Amino acid sequence: MILNYSQPLELDGVSKALDTSLSALPDFWRILIECVLVGVVILTTYAVIALILIYAERKITAFFQARYGPNRVGKWGLLQSVADTIKILLKEIIRINNVDRFLFFAAPFFMVCASVMTFGAIAFGKGLLAVDFNIGVLYVTAVSSLGIIGVLLAGWSSNNKYSMIGAMRSGAQFVSYELSAGFALMTIVVLTGTMQFSEMIEKQQYCWNIFNGHISSMIAFVIYIISGHAETNRGPFDLPEAESELTAGYHTEYSGIQFGFYYLAEYLNMFIIAGIATTVFLGGYMPIQVHGWEGFNQVMNYIPSYVWFFSKTGVLIFLSLWVRWSFPRLRIDQLLALEWKYLLPINLVNIVVMVILVLTGLTLTDLFPSLF
Amino acid sequence: MEKIKKLILDTVKDAVIEEKQILTVTVSWDKLHLLAKTLKDNAELPFDFLVMLTGVDRGETLGVNYLISSSTDISVEVILKTDAADRENPLIYTVTDLYETAHLNEREAFALLGIRFINNPDMRRFFLNSDWTGFPLRKDYDPNPELNPVSIESKEIIDITPRIMEVDGKLVEDTANIFEADDYIINIGPQHPSTHGVMHFRTALDGEIIKKIDVHSGYIHRGIEKLSENLTYPQILHFTDRLDYLSANINRHGLCMCVEKAGEIEVPERAQYIRVIMDELQRISSHLLAWAAMTNDLGATTAFIYGMREREHILEIFDKTCGGRLIINQNVIGGVMFDIYNEFQQDVKAFIPYMREKLKEYDRFFSHNVIALGRMIGIGNMTKEETISYAVTGPAGRASGWSCDIRKHQPYSIYGQVDFKEVIRTEGDSYARYLNRLDEIEESLHIIEQLIDNIPAGEICAKTKAIIKLPVGEFYQRIETAKGEFGVFIESRGEKQPWRLKFRSPSMALVSIMPLICKDEKLSDFIGIGGSMDYVIPDIDR
Amino acid sequence: MELKNVKIKGIANEDFNDNEYLEDYIKQIEASGVNLVFGKLDELINWGRSNSLWPLIYATSCCGIEFMATAAAHNDFSRFGYEVTRNSPRQADMMIVCGTLVHKMAPLIKRVYDQMAEPKYVVVMGACAISGGPFINSYHVVPGIDTIIPVDVYVPGCPPRPESLLYGLMQLQRKVKLEKFLGNKQR
Repeated sequence: MILNYSQPLELDGVSKALDTSLSALPDFWRILIECVLVGVVILTTYAVIALILIYAERKITAFFQARYGPNRVGKWGLLQSVADTIKILLKEIIRINNVDRFLFFAAPFFMVCASVMTFGAIAFGKGLLAVDFNIGVLYVTAVSSLGIIGVLLAGWSSNNKYSMIGAMRSGAQFVSYELSAGFALMTIVVLTGTMQFSEMIEKQQYCWNIFNGHISSMIAFVIYIISGHAETNRGPFDLPEAESELTAGYHTEYSGIQFGFYYLAEYLNMFIIAGIATTVFLGGYMPIQVHGWEGFNQVMNYIPSYVWFFSKTGVLIFLSLWVRWSFPRLRIDQLLALEWKYLLPINLVNIVVMVILVLTGLTLTDLFPSLF
Repeated sequence: MEKIKKLILDTVKDAVIEEKQILTVTVSWDKLHLLAKTLKDNAELPFDFLVMLTGVDRGETLGVNYLISSSTDISVEVILKTDAADRENPLIYTVTDLYETAHLNEREAFALLGIRFINNPDMRRFFLNSDWTGFPLRKDYDPNPELNPVSIESKEIIDITPRIMEVDGKLVEDTANIFEADDYIINIGPQHPSTHGVMHFRTALDGEIIKKIDVHSGYIHRGIEKLSENLTYPQILHFTDRLDYLSANINRHGLCMCVEKAGEIEVPERAQYIRVIMDELQRISSHLLAWAAMTNDLGATTAFIYGMREREHILEIFDKTCGGRLIINQNVIGGVMFDIYNEFQQDVKAFIPYMREKLKEYDRFFSHNVIALGRMIGIGNMTKEETISYAVTGPAGRASGWSCDIRKHQPYSIYGQVDFKEVIRTEGDSYARYLNRLDEIEESLHIIEQLIDNIPAGEICAKTKAIIKLPVGEFYQRIETAKGEFGVFIESRGEKQPWRLKFRSPSMALVSIMPLICKDEKLSDFIGIGGSMDYVIPDIDR
Repeated sequence: MELKNVKIKGIANEDFNDNEYLEDYIKQIEASGVNLVFGKLDELINWGRSNSLWPLIYATSCCGIEFMATAAAHNDFSRFGYEVTRNSPRQADMMIVCGTLVHKMAPLIKRVYDQMAEPKYVVVMGACAISGGPFINSYHVVPGIDTIIPVDVYVPGCPPRPESLLYGLMQLQRKVKLEKFLGNKQR
């Protein structure tokens, strides 16, 4: 029995208060004001998280590489990414001859739009969910695949051979790994029986999905993390950019804020993948709760839900950075072989295994109902 | 040797044989190809290793010197000399059909001396732009900068080569296309993060697969050989550092030895010890950088930083010895410039176990990584025959099973007295080259270990004359740098400056084999193979 | 803006040498008129720009290795936020030219420089790049990069030590901090 007087730090009160104060207005205005507010909040969070991530990556990289990392701008270099932002906002945007101008300018927006739209669907905490679709998982999978259009258009319209090769690599890579990521999520949908993020999270109060479906879930989790990074061109899968081969890959010709968009989107995609993995596998914003340990549960519940969400996500991001800075880059044929020869078949079998687990009642919640 | 002499005289009756430091054979320009072919095909001791191809302006005539050796015993050397008949239109038959390594060398001779090679399929100028006026290494070259002004206009690259072929006994001048009309060509370099300098590979791609590579060079051609002709020998020393800057000290050692040999200068033993220790430290630092750069090419940035971190310890020792980090002006003619500092032995002895520890860390971190293995094993294969034909020496040559370590076969300085293993692998792929370097670090540590406590007391530099003049003659010196065999050729006419100075660049051979081993590999592997070859571009361009 | 107000973290103002050219630069800027309204905003912009100089490495020879040593663990120029090396000139802020420039390369350096987006700076590293160095008499060497593109900071040495490169980069920061983005009539 969790007492509900706690959690003074939760933010869902704010959104409720907002709802009540606006209820006097006509529907049209209420929705409009809410949309604008939510939009502003999401965009701001988007930018702030990107800044923090960029700083964190640089510091963590430095840690792995026995260096200091930024430490001159502000205390411990905290303002480094702010300085970078100011710089990049005021950088010249070069108008290049012989590019397909419309597509060239549109491409970065596709990239950013796709990641903002996915970002908006993530549940950051109790009540901190912009739209609670009943098909949340499907929506996320669908919208995040828009990003690839940005990459392909950039490569095609730049009229640069390096960009072109980078974009083509990216296309092949994305289409392949999209499958695996989708199937891994589907495995969990089979387990939970819902596609709605909020419902999925509530169900994981005592037993996270990754434990609930034990073998099958763990496999799905690993596959999701791998294909998620491949989808976002991070880690050892950064072939489309492949600095040492293609100078800067698909965004070679972009300068100033257009490049900034790609740069931001890259970091945000990393966050999004970690965020979705948290939501789907690691109980989202739910604190760690154990049946029967009332005191412990109460203490855990004092910690606001968004803190839980961000710390779980943070751990996954750290894992991603660890992998990225340890491994060499894959070659395109190895990359595709990994997907089509290993991940996809494993995934298909895994879904069947999960169905069997659910039907025969072998999930942890079914086996030990008293514990979970 | 007697047998070889007999063989030469049997083949070409009017060959002039001189017994100098090295057996020197002079033949006329139309017989040279026949003689080279006979020597190469001779079963007992095949002369299949073209060490150096040097174009020389001899005053009245333009000629070429070929230093050839045998892959079975690389200490056997024969020099073939020939002169073109006509100074205005110098023509010599190519040896590219015998030695693949001659391709780039002959193009170099054409660019710098204007000697054209009959039957060479590619007679574009190698280092210089195709519209360059004059041939710089000729003695009558007009250095007026107005003839060749600095241009900032980008030039279209023309993939058509002139050539001069012999068809039915007649010489025909024609042209050939390098690429096919519909090839998808990308330019890798000259300004590219992974070409290890300013090399330019024009690469025809079929999707991700490389169809053909055309090597362009000269983006850092500084004309060191021409500059040297106007400088005294001690002055030239500084240029050797800036050839292959990663083996700076070893290159310099090579030139010093060549001058010492010619001028009959005895180097004190203490200096010998210091030189060898410094050489081996330099070799370790070069291999570390090669390791680091290769991992970076494969996409592992962290490994790169680790390699650089260990390298810094060696640079610190250099720094304390003589104030230089990358380029240490340590060797001079007759010995070394600076004695070792007091804690030198202590520092080096502390470094050896540290480095061994780190080698194990590299092994754990990268050498067995699944992705890394997939990127290296079976990639960029070269057979022993190809290696010899392209004259690829150093760790890369030894990775293909060719025992070509000059330190072993023609020991110089005090290498004859130390015990070390020549690291040889037979796989010939990127991974063998990669492992060879790590193993050579271990061998170098072993060499240093044997010497560090036994440095004899005494002078560090022999007394030399204020102005060093070499006797008339031609002098060769070969030395093993971190990249392979480095060679020095000096033709002296008794002056304080050389008449002609030529450096054999190990990196040029490494680059010349790239088009062969990268064919049908993926674009990403091209970068990885480049990393495993570890060439240094300023060494090629000179 | 006075030179003594330009602060670089970690090194005292008095420790910087070669201030004359920066003082000339201030005079030059002031002569073109300063708009007071934008003064503070300019400072903010300059703070951002000077702390976020992403380098493009134009390494032709030996100095490139010392640049790499500067980037690596021992000297670590990421402390200043320089570690985001961009290989595409479009995204870089400063070009670090390490090494000799020869005739065949001259058109290319001009082209890469033209491809960079404003504001762009050039740091020249090593004797060869500054003047041709030991190769100045050669038939194929360009006597100094400044004959082709404008140069902001010269870092002498053959090759310069990492410390001197870092010092040069800090001098560039000082120069950037003096600029007027909004208040300058010339722009």
